[in-house]
Amino acid sequence: MNWLAFASIISAAMAVSFGAIGPALAEGRAVAAAMDAIARQPEAANTISRTLFVGLAMIETMAIYCLVIALLLLFANPLLK
Amino acid sequence: MTSPLSSVALFHLGPAPITAGVLATWAIMAVLVLGSILATRRLSLIPSKLQAAFELVVATVDGQIRDTMRVEPAPYRAFIGTLFIFIFVANWSSLLPGIEPPTAHIETDAALALLVFGAVIWFGIRAGGVRGYLATFASPNPIMIPLNFIESLTRTFSLLVRLFGNVMSGVFVIGIVLSLAGLLVPIPLMALDLLTGAVQAYIFAILAMVFIAGAVNEENPDAGTSIKRIAS
Repeated sequence: MNWLAFASIISAAMAVSFGAIGPALAEGRAVAAAMDAIARQPEAANTISRTLFVGLAMIETMAIYCLVIALLLLFANPLLK
Repeated sequence: MTSPLSSVALFHLGPAPITAGVLATWAIMAVLVLGSILATRRLSLIPSKLQAAFELVVATVDGQIRDTMRVEPAPYRAFIGTLFIFIFVANWSSLLPGIEPPTAHIETDAALALLVFGAVIWFGIRAGGVRGYLATFASPNPIMIPLNFIESLTRTFSLLVRLFGNVMSGVFVIGIVLSLAGLLVPIPLMALDLLTGAVQAYIFAILAMVFIAGAVNEENPDAGTSIKRIAS
């Protein structure tokens, strides 16, 4: 195994692990804020949870971008062969 | 393990290689078109159960367009509705054994994102003329022209990577868990995948609406602002 492959594997793992930190914190905050809003105003729960779902999927996309980068490094790396 | 980024050609149609994803796309298109033709063949003022169900779908799409774009939904119903229903059916087609959702391949998503990119230009020019459409790049002020121009490209790319990444990662994770843990274990993940598929279809349609609304209604700039703020 050469150094490029080694570096690619390490950086793929780092991309996913560090890329998951931000979205995890953000999703926690978003859900906490939504819970707060629903507790204050239960009659708006439908609208809040619909917007929450869309927002969560948007946030999750950031982690998915990192996953795509990791898979690019592992499977479609132009520097390897 | 095969790469999730490449797809294998099943056979060649002239010079064009046909992959499993393309075949699945054709099958979904045939089912949707034939289903729509059969469902709308005998429309009556007092709807049957089938017609009522389909009217419910159309009314829901109309309501979403009205809520998000704040315009009359008629010119956009066909495009947005087709986009949503196609992506939804494509994401859920993994329920049938042996079929990989076509949206898990990057070329299908690239085609869909290109359609949205073209539709923004088409609807923008149809609403305000070429001058009016180009003027939307200069809002809120002319300093933003390069940024708005780059944004119109990058948001198309992010639309493509978002759908591809979400659907592909679901398929990929199920494959990994299946090879590690065996039969029946990935069922909860598949259920989660169905939820993700539905939400991603909804988001793709909503974002297409927001992008089109941004090019169409200059006099009503607050259309879809709450979603747009999340998206950007």
